[in-house]
Amino acid sequence: MAQAVASLEQQADKTALITGSEAIAVACKLADVDVITAYPIRPYDTVMQYVAKLVANGELDCEYIVAESEHSQFEIVKHASAVGARVFCGSSGVGWMYAFEALTVTPGLRIPMVAMVGNRALDDPGAFGVEHNDALAVRDLGWQLVWVDNPQEALDTALIAYRVAEDRRVFLPCAISCDGAFLTHSQALVKIPSQEKVDAFLPPYNRGDLLLHPDNPITVAPQVNEDWLMEIRRQTAAAMERAYTVIREAYAEFEQIFGRRYGNPFFEEYQTEDAEIVLVGMGTLSTPVKVAIREMRKEGKKVGFVRVRWFRPFAAEELAKTLGRFSAVGIIDRDFSLGSPYLSGVLATEVRAAMYPAAKRPPMLDFICGLGGREVTLPDVKKMSDIVYHAAEGKPQPLTQWIGLRE
Amino acid sequence: MGRLFAVEIVYRGIFQKTLAKNISRAIVLAAHQEGKPGISFGRYGDSPERNGVPAKNFAIVATDDQTLEEGMAKYEPKEVDISIAVDDTLCKGVESWAWYGLQPINRLLKPGGTLIVTSREEPEALIEMCHRKEYPYQLAIVKGIPSFSGLWVYKEDHSDVRILGAIAKVLPELFSLESVQKAIRAEWKDELKATSAARSYERITTVTVPPNQGNPEEPFKFELPKWSEMREGVTIPAIPRGHAMENTATQQVGGWQPERNPTFKKFSTRTMRPVVDFDTCIKCTLCWLQCPDSCFDVTPDGLYDANMQACCGCGVCEAVCPVQKCVTMVNETQFRDNDSQWEMWNKDKEGYKKWLLEKIEHGPGPQRSHGFRYRGQYEEQVPEMLEIAREG
Repeated sequence: MAQAVASLEQQADKTALITGSEAIAVACKLADVDVITAYPIRPYDTVMQYVAKLVANGELDCEYIVAESEHSQFEIVKHASAVGARVFCGSSGVGWMYAFEALTVTPGLRIPMVAMVGNRALDDPGAFGVEHNDALAVRDLGWQLVWVDNPQEALDTALIAYRVAEDRRVFLPCAISCDGAFLTHSQALVKIPSQEKVDAFLPPYNRGDLLLHPDNPITVAPQVNEDWLMEIRRQTAAAMERAYTVIREAYAEFEQIFGRRYGNPFFEEYQTEDAEIVLVGMGTLSTPVKVAIREMRKEGKKVGFVRVRWFRPFAAEELAKTLGRFSAVGIIDRDFSLGSPYLSGVLATEVRAAMYPAAKRPPMLDFICGLGGREVTLPDVKKMSDIVYHAAEGKPQPLTQWIGLRE
Repeated sequence: MGRLFAVEIVYRGIFQKTLAKNISRAIVLAAHQEGKPGISFGRYGDSPERNGVPAKNFAIVATDDQTLEEGMAKYEPKEVDISIAVDDTLCKGVESWAWYGLQPINRLLKPGGTLIVTSREEPEALIEMCHRKEYPYQLAIVKGIPSFSGLWVYKEDHSDVRILGAIAKVLPELFSLESVQKAIRAEWKDELKATSAARSYERITTVTVPPNQGNPEEPFKFELPKWSEMREGVTIPAIPRGHAMENTATQQVGGWQPERNPTFKKFSTRTMRPVVDFDTCIKCTLCWLQCPDSCFDVTPDGLYDANMQACCGCGVCEAVCPVQKCVTMVNETQFRDNDSQWEMWNKDKEGYKKWLLEKIEHGPGPQRSHGFRYRGQYEEQVPEMLEIAREG
């Protein structure tokens, strides 16, 4: 095995100029997905276009079904997965919301569906820029949720998502969040691994005793009442708990086979070693944040950044331990939770909850920024950092502030 | 710290989308031949693109990854080395359907940067259309008709590679002609295209546009309200109905001028506009009735005056007008203002007639980039494009 892996590493990757959406489509091809359902809504529809092209070119042999709505789209792959097919689908914004009933029942049935959410603001009125509230809406339902910030990571994470979701210890769906425009519509140079590497990393989908097949007579989802439901939830919770281990294993083996290192799978730390304060965020806002940090460090401000990748399962203890090292923390939410504690965003609310049992709890501020695709600018990042510094110096600050708003 | 390069491609929505994307991609791929990393993307705020409405694509290239990241940290670049307009009528400005107002075509150009335009016009005419800048910049013309290359069944006309060849000439630090040709061979596997790029490289000439030369007008703009000033419930007031018009010469009042959208004008949406002969108009109402944008103002004397705030240049009025040469579509490059033709006619009927004949008889006909004027126009233009590509 060790020798086999070593020879794989020597296989050169091909470089292609592709978008984050195209990278996900390429991952579908490499994962040899069996059933793909689609229904157009931007920015997700770019994946749909690329997948259709792969099918039309004969590069991907799969059932490609354009459903009549997102609800059917997600129902079809749910059933296909139950009979043993590797599946892919996705949506954005209100399309994802329209599939909500199908989304709610997928985790309980232990369907390892992989979906791409092209993050989009929830309409009205026809806003299609990035906002994370669409994917976050399923955070309580048993979906694994991961955010990526560049096309290479999108491709890699899609392969990892199949490996984790289809692990018998997990069997839970996974949604990969890609920021609309910044990731779905931007072409970058991406390394495309060989089929052999992918085959060595990703075993075939084996549904085992849960396979819906005449040779394995079972019924899925019979009527349950108060006498069953708590146990079902607890079982699903156990699967989500096991996902922590499976995710770690998958990233470790990914590094071995593909030679690309992601470090801690759950969150990325950028210049945190000597940081006094840190910002926390998800998705592509990492680019302006990292560049602003480099500029601020030239002025002697030791700012770091923590980019949360896996939101479900949420690495609470580990994150709390990390954030406890700094004298103040600023969380950037590209989402909002109306009427929530301290009128904050979803990420800040979760991070604060994660921090409560921690021994060291620095002041934690929330910034609502970049909603609906508004650019998170370098001055925005510097402004947020300054505010966090004030909090670190003991000057009281409002717990939630809106940045980049016309006011 | 390495060097960052930014190029924008300004095009007509939908019709030139593939062309712009191909140019943008090829810029990144050509630079990649020299080991420079890059990204290519469309301006998301322009989408979903409306027919003919100006839109943008960007290619960002750097000498190293960290510098590229610095370029990517600003989504839409704040300044570019090269602006490319693949339709010369875009020199009048870029008004996306998003809430940007009218942006001068050279808005993002760095001092000394180059504006590359595909056009059959002379530099002077293009400079007059572009808004003034405080500092000098370069203007390079790639001879050609606005291209539909890459759109559905439209034929390949090498506009893309001719522009790439021009870039290699005006900004050799970005990539060499050799790299362009390598990228063309890898991406298109077409030796003829590589030759076209070289020809364009050899022939392209640039002129320097001195400071403060060009259109002196303040570009159309507006302020967006603060969150606390906006009406609640995502509500905006309806556009008011309108009012009667007045002939200032005779004080005659009558007719009807509808109010127009206060923030979205169509000054740069058009590639052609109707010129109306008020002397031969029989007041049949057809242009007014059929105009999809209700752009015709009804004058007190019962004539129909195309209002340039609202006209998108579709040509329906010309098609339905029963009188020969009463409504004639003329290429937008032939106009320097958006004034009322009826008012011009009112002031000086003889002068107007002379102006009108000059526009419809001596000016170039409307050219593609926003649909065609008549069936068969494309077939006529293909040999013409080939000739330009060969002879320059």
